[in-house]
Amino acid sequence: MSLPFHEDEILGKAYDARLTRRLLGYVRPYRASVALAVALLLLTSAMSLVGPYLVRVAIDLHIAPGRLDGLGVVVMAYLGALVAAFIFRYANTYVMQRVGQRAMYDLRLEVFSHLQRLSVGFYTRQPVGRLITRITNDVDALNEMITQGVVAVFGDLFTLVLIIGIMLYLDWRLALATMVVLPLIIGATARFRVQARESYRAVRVRLARINAFLNEHIMGMGIVQLFGREAREQSRFDALNRDHLSANMAALRSFAMFHPSIGAMSAVAVATIIAYGGTQALAGAVSLGLVVAFIQYAQRFFDPIEDLAEKYNILQAAMASSERIFRLLDEPVEVADPTEPVRAERVRGEIEFRDVWFAYEPDDWVLRGVSFRIRPGESVAFVGHTGAGKSSIINLITRFYDPQRGQVIVDGTDARAWDQRELRRHIGLVLQDVFLFSGTIEDNIRLGTASITDEQVRRAAEFVNASAFIERMPGGYRAEVHERGSTLSVGQKQLIAFARAIAHNPEVLLVLDEATSSVDVETEILIQDALSRVMRNRTSIIIAHRLSTIQHVDRILVIHKGRMVEEGTHRDLLVRNGIYTKLYQLQYQDQEVRPVPRVSTPSGREKEGSERA
Amino acid sequence: MSTRRLLAYVARHRRAYLTGFVLSLVSTALQLANPWVLRTAIDGIQSGAAARLLLGLAAAYVGVSVTGGFIRFHWRMRMLGAGRRIEYEIRNDYFAHLQRLHQGFFQHTRTGDLMARAINDLNAVSRLVSAGLMHSSNTIIMFFAASALMFTIDRPLALLVMVILPMVSVVFVLLGRRIHRQFERVQEQFSTLSARAQENFSGIRVVKAFAQEAAEIDAFAAINQEFVTRALRLARTSGVLWPAMAFILGTASALVLWQGGVAVVVGRITLGQLVQFFGYLMMLSWPMIALGWTTNLIQQGMASMRRLDAIFNTKPAIADPGARGARAPAPAARGGLRGEIEFRHVTFSYNGATVLHDITLRIPGGTTVAIVGPTGSGKTTLISLIPRLLDPTTGTVLIDGIDIRLLPLAMLRGGIGVVPQEPFLFSDTLEENLALGIEAGDGQRVREAAEIARLDGDIGDFPLGYQTMVGERGVTLSGGQKQRATIARALARDPAILILDDALSSVDTNTEEAILTGLRRFAAERTSLIISHRISTVRGADLIVVLDDGRLVERGTHDALVAAGGLYADLYRKQLLREALEADEAVPS
Repeated sequence: MSLPFHEDEILGKAYDARLTRRLLGYVRPYRASVALAVALLLLTSAMSLVGPYLVRVAIDLHIAPGRLDGLGVVVMAYLGALVAAFIFRYANTYVMQRVGQRAMYDLRLEVFSHLQRLSVGFYTRQPVGRLITRITNDVDALNEMITQGVVAVFGDLFTLVLIIGIMLYLDWRLALATMVVLPLIIGATARFRVQARESYRAVRVRLARINAFLNEHIMGMGIVQLFGREAREQSRFDALNRDHLSANMAALRSFAMFHPSIGAMSAVAVATIIAYGGTQALAGAVSLGLVVAFIQYAQRFFDPIEDLAEKYNILQAAMASSERIFRLLDEPVEVADPTEPVRAERVRGEIEFRDVWFAYEPDDWVLRGVSFRIRPGESVAFVGHTGAGKSSIINLITRFYDPQRGQVIVDGTDARAWDQRELRRHIGLVLQDVFLFSGTIEDNIRLGTASITDEQVRRAAEFVNASAFIERMPGGYRAEVHERGSTLSVGQKQLIAFARAIAHNPEVLLVLDEATSSVDVETEILIQDALSRVMRNRTSIIIAHRLSTIQHVDRILVIHKGRMVEEGTHRDLLVRNGIYTKLYQLQYQDQEVRPVPRVSTPSGREKEGSERA
Repeated sequence: MSTRRLLAYVARHRRAYLTGFVLSLVSTALQLANPWVLRTAIDGIQSGAAARLLLGLAAAYVGVSVTGGFIRFHWRMRMLGAGRRIEYEIRNDYFAHLQRLHQGFFQHTRTGDLMARAINDLNAVSRLVSAGLMHSSNTIIMFFAASALMFTIDRPLALLVMVILPMVSVVFVLLGRRIHRQFERVQEQFSTLSARAQENFSGIRVVKAFAQEAAEIDAFAAINQEFVTRALRLARTSGVLWPAMAFILGTASALVLWQGGVAVVVGRITLGQLVQFFGYLMMLSWPMIALGWTTNLIQQGMASMRRLDAIFNTKPAIADPGARGARAPAPAARGGLRGEIEFRHVTFSYNGATVLHDITLRIPGGTTVAIVGPTGSGKTTLISLIPRLLDPTTGTVLIDGIDIRLLPLAMLRGGIGVVPQEPFLFSDTLEENLALGIEAGDGQRVREAAEIARLDGDIGDFPLGYQTMVGERGVTLSGGQKQRATIARALARDPAILILDDALSSVDTNTEEAILTGLRRFAAERTSLIISHRISTVRGADLIVVLDDGRLVERGTHDALVAAGGLYADLYRKQLLREALEADEAVPS
């Protein structure tokens, strides 16, 4: 679970009409259940208030006059009310939980589904942890509001009204006398509520500050120690910690004062009953049982009032959470689908860029007017220095992003005219940093495409030379992938990525093949062989790192600083002695002597090639 | 072990806890007085006493409640306050302990884990020493006092209550166990759900590339549905808890009303005593519920204390020589470091892999040495040995001829300025960040350092200048600005040894040249170690050493190494190609 210290503690109102309306939308489908829950709650309140009344009956009709016959009946009625209260209370709890859980299910799924439509660009801007907090903790806060907040508020109010009603019914003068302290109690509670909220907020804000400080200093502990800052950082930490302590003590104080003062006021109510009610009873104006019943009602008076104060905090937290969730739900879809998209069973696999200009950040052009055409079935390698814009070309063909100017055209149709998912169904993508999901090897090849049979999974693995190592694993294709594939070697993961692409049988294949770390010689041979096989009979676009690949493609396109600068076969380009020649000497030549090169990690924009967002 | 540490904290606040305990006794006694007041009133009414008595009793009732409330206030402040102070002390000690731990510890412990202990576990311990201790002591007092008083009123009635009320605790414990199990299942599914979401968000490129959105939504919906199922299963059990409590307590009342009524009618007790008895019954209900609750608090708190203890019990692997019994040689302590560095047969292994193999290297004071080599060849590890962020597995590192393990850490590190690979700045003002290694208030040195690091121009552009906040709540610095800030920070220390770990990688070549020129003046009388991938940065060094796979494979000046035609010459040739490519603005074809 994520830790909340990075969330700013901005709590707004406990009630916001706009947010509430939108929130209620999630409860609307279950309004029948909510109505039932409210009814059950009212019954619960009523049943639990029967007790003192029956005490009065027992005292006045049986105990005081000394008539035992019929006392059993009163006690049975008492027990009956208890059973009824038990059932109603339980049913209410369950019904509300069900509503809360269902509403939460709906909201959570809606957030997740919306996130699936957002572009890759959105994910590069948002920390994953924050998104997870939205879908877990924030949604939970709403559940809390539904199950404990809204309906319970009705219950508390009803209980209060009911007690007042019963007391007025039993003896209106005594009732009014008892309720003299009520305004005081409500006033004190309201004041306390404000105080408690402020002091708790101070506690939370200061705790968040401590935790932010701690988090930063754990990450930068090396710097703290290198610069001999331990003593000074300790005293800064102590200051924050002391601030938190004093806020804590203030909160403690307001709580420690509240309960006894409510207790004192309720004692005034009981004392009123003793003095006024007692005198009345002495005079024979009221019965003894009534006095006892009144005392019991007066003692129950204060629970719903205290309860209501607590609900306020729940509502407030829920408002803050819903604000954050709705902001996410309102996030516009940057790469949108057209209303009437192009569809095709098969594509030929012709890719064309027409004067494409592209930037991740405004005016920081990564591609500057790139144009090329790749014929169906042709194999092409893009070659360029780090940051030249190679992986951006792949990001545009898959429509992870849209270009700012110019067109990306697939089979003669602008990529923006396609349905994204439809377009991507025809494009296989193999990224360098292979992302494996938890699940089996088989799951990772098939992904969620149910139409791929076990047989097809196996044939795909065989085709890319992956079957041998998969079958050696305990469980074979059903072997579980642990911790994102930490038990698999880099080479094995690449082979799985090939199998994944082949199983989906795309007409266009994109391979981002930049070395991140060394692969053992045997696997390297398998990968090179697999690569040449998967490229056969389909349009293949490779960001090549392997010399063997660039030597065998139909055409090499050289990208330099966002522009297409040279093109031709390996031999043609070498002769030209231009940029390609330099790149060749820098990146590929060593492979002639060392088949398994050590290459430094790519940096900057080229990290876009990672499968992680 | 963990109990002992916790007890030590509690013992430090024994006065507060003892006072709290005494106050709790008094407040309980006062609370128990009120039902007696009621009894006297009821019996008085029944026997037709004077109205004046009732007024007196009413006043007594209020008086007792107000006094009791006053005492309860102080009781809570004492006991809960002690708990909060203990939380404060543990938190301070935790941070102090972390500051003493070595870098290796932070490398194999996730920050999130350390934070979870500081947040969740400390919270659980805090609840144990505040609410847990307070309620458990009060529960016991209240239970014995109230039941004793019940027995003085009427034995059979008290026995009836003693049979029924413990069922509250029994139900709490039995249901509690089941609830706990089902809650664990819910939490488990909650983790599955967030893990699934995390996987999806992290692997969104694959999801999108293979058009798996619909399948992912289906899979998520299934996990979501299972979560609902488990949560509702929990609700079915946990929903019983409070209604059951209310039911059992209500049943006790109903039966007391019945049997008590009989007792009144047959004359065993008075009606007032019955009302008094009811009062005690109500007072017992909370302790019965609290019993189960505090047991939980205490168990969770102890488990959390054990997790905190695991950190407290980690011994710093790198500590001052004094802490190990050895004494630093006195002469070295005076005048600071001169800056002569020597590695003698240094080998460093991590997790069974040897990162550095038998390195022997002497760097005379005042020289500039460049370290080059491919990624992963051990350059950063080598320089980390000098300020003792790491200690060698075998071999010795000496400064000014003294084994650095014999130098006090503050003195050793005080003479070294390090610019790490990852430029890390704290969320604070630029001034504070740059003055990190020196006494506050020496603005002149900070400004000189910023000038050499070519940061002064940038600072001038910020509206708040040196008072500009950096980090999350301030301006976001570019990679180059961050690197220059960390260089200035190291220079401001005026160190005898300056270490730059690939510290100019995000700085453009012109600025780099300017910084290097400034540094050469600055570095004239100190020892500098520079790790870099750029030949332009290292070519002017007095000595260049080349690491490959943890071994020192070449050493010499730039010209000598280029002439030798080894690994360095190869790196140089590639560097020239790279520069040619970067300079190439021509767009042929």
